[in-house]
Amino acid sequence: MAFDVGVIFDSLPFLAEGLALSFLLTLLAAAGGIVLAVILALMRLSGYTALALISAAYVNFFRSMPLILVIFWFFFLVPLLIGRPVGGFYSALIAFTLFEAAYYSEIIRAGIQSVSRGQVAAGYATGLTYGQTMRFIVLPQAFRNMTPVLLTQGIVLFQDTSLVFVVALRDFMTATTIVARNEGRLIEMYLFAAAVYFVICFSGSLYVRRLQGKFAR
Amino acid sequence: MQYNWNWGVLLQEPYLGWLISGVGWTIAVASAAWVIAFTLGSIVGVARTLPNRWARGAATAYVELLRNVPLLVQLFIWYFVVPELLPDDWGRWVKRDLPLPEYTTAVIGLGFYTASRVAEQVRSGIESISRGQSMAGYASGLTTLQLYRYVLLPVAFRVIVPPLTSEFLTIFKNSSLALTIGVLELTAQSRQITEYTFQGFEAFTAATVMYVVITLTVTAGMSLVERRARIPGFIAKGG
Repeated sequence: MAFDVGVIFDSLPFLAEGLALSFLLTLLAAAGGIVLAVILALMRLSGYTALALISAAYVNFFRSMPLILVIFWFFFLVPLLIGRPVGGFYSALIAFTLFEAAYYSEIIRAGIQSVSRGQVAAGYATGLTYGQTMRFIVLPQAFRNMTPVLLTQGIVLFQDTSLVFVVALRDFMTATTIVARNEGRLIEMYLFAAAVYFVICFSGSLYVRRLQGKFAR
Repeated sequence: MQYNWNWGVLLQEPYLGWLISGVGWTIAVASAAWVIAFTLGSIVGVARTLPNRWARGAATAYVELLRNVPLLVQLFIWYFVVPELLPDDWGRWVKRDLPLPEYTTAVIGLGFYTASRVAEQVRSGIESISRGQSMAGYASGLTTLQLYRYVLLPVAFRVIVPPLTSEFLTIFKNSSLALTIGVLELTAQSRQITEYTFQGFEAFTAATVMYVVITLTVTAGMSLVERRARIPGFIAKGG
């Protein structure tokens, strides 16, 4: 059976749309996930037992669930809670944001803990409030320390977006499958998908490695 | 929000049976895949630290390739592509006579993928041992094989128990991807119950609870192993 490259070329615009959706979902879920994760990490480190427990429960709960189940949950829940269909993209976005926040918050917690305690003490000593100390002193340093790990998690998230396939949201993976089945070209299309994901994720991880080298100095 | 609660549905047949068989398949996929992941991952992880350049190169290529392609794509390649690329006789055998084709493919795909992650843990375990140990080993006349067998691996495998625990938990969660090629494991069954009964809350809650139970059980079991495997003074505390 001959390897048919033509089918890939013919479907490039369609696949590119899918890839754009994968990227959009990754970016929005990463942004939302990081914001929520900072809140979770600060709760965990706040010193208030109740807040710390809520945050720990959230993180452990989401970390014990498979992402596919979370996606199913929110495709079922979101329309029910809102009372009308909202489209798959928003359900997926909410699912990924809440799910990734659990993983990001562990990274951010470690990042915050990597900032020396003297920095916090110095902040308070100069009369800054808790919010100001976090905003201007601790978080900027913490984010600098954890940028490589956050980016690595971003690459994982990008790979995970392929799972929206299970609810037929038209990302790169779903688009690839649609073409593969319509044209009867499973071999070409899945190998192509693997190549595309590999190039993107591998260049991403090479970039992260360079950053790590820079920060380690 | 309008919703008709009916928790009883979970105890009715056939739905209760579906859930139980789903848990069974989840455990069957995850544990069989773990055997491949642990065996192959250990070999690849060791290869990444060997003096031989070719062994190191091949192992690094394996890890980079499998870590940078989503697991879902890998499963589809194992399921749809590999049988076509095999020599004719083998391909025909795989398509016609392979026992439990979906299950076997899921186990192989998940096993090979997780092996790349286990390999990284094994490598970092070996690299965490000070170079002086290898030098002392070679100086006292050990071959490379003996060095790994008697000096490096006994320490490395004990150091990496905590990260391996989290890989072992991950393999249970990742086994849910087997549903994409038709294995009716836990997540698939909860979805199927939702489609038959429209009782999504109850079905997904049941699956969620089962996953949490699996996580807690594995964590409890592994913390025993961690306590026994810990090397005094080597790591601060077990997980």
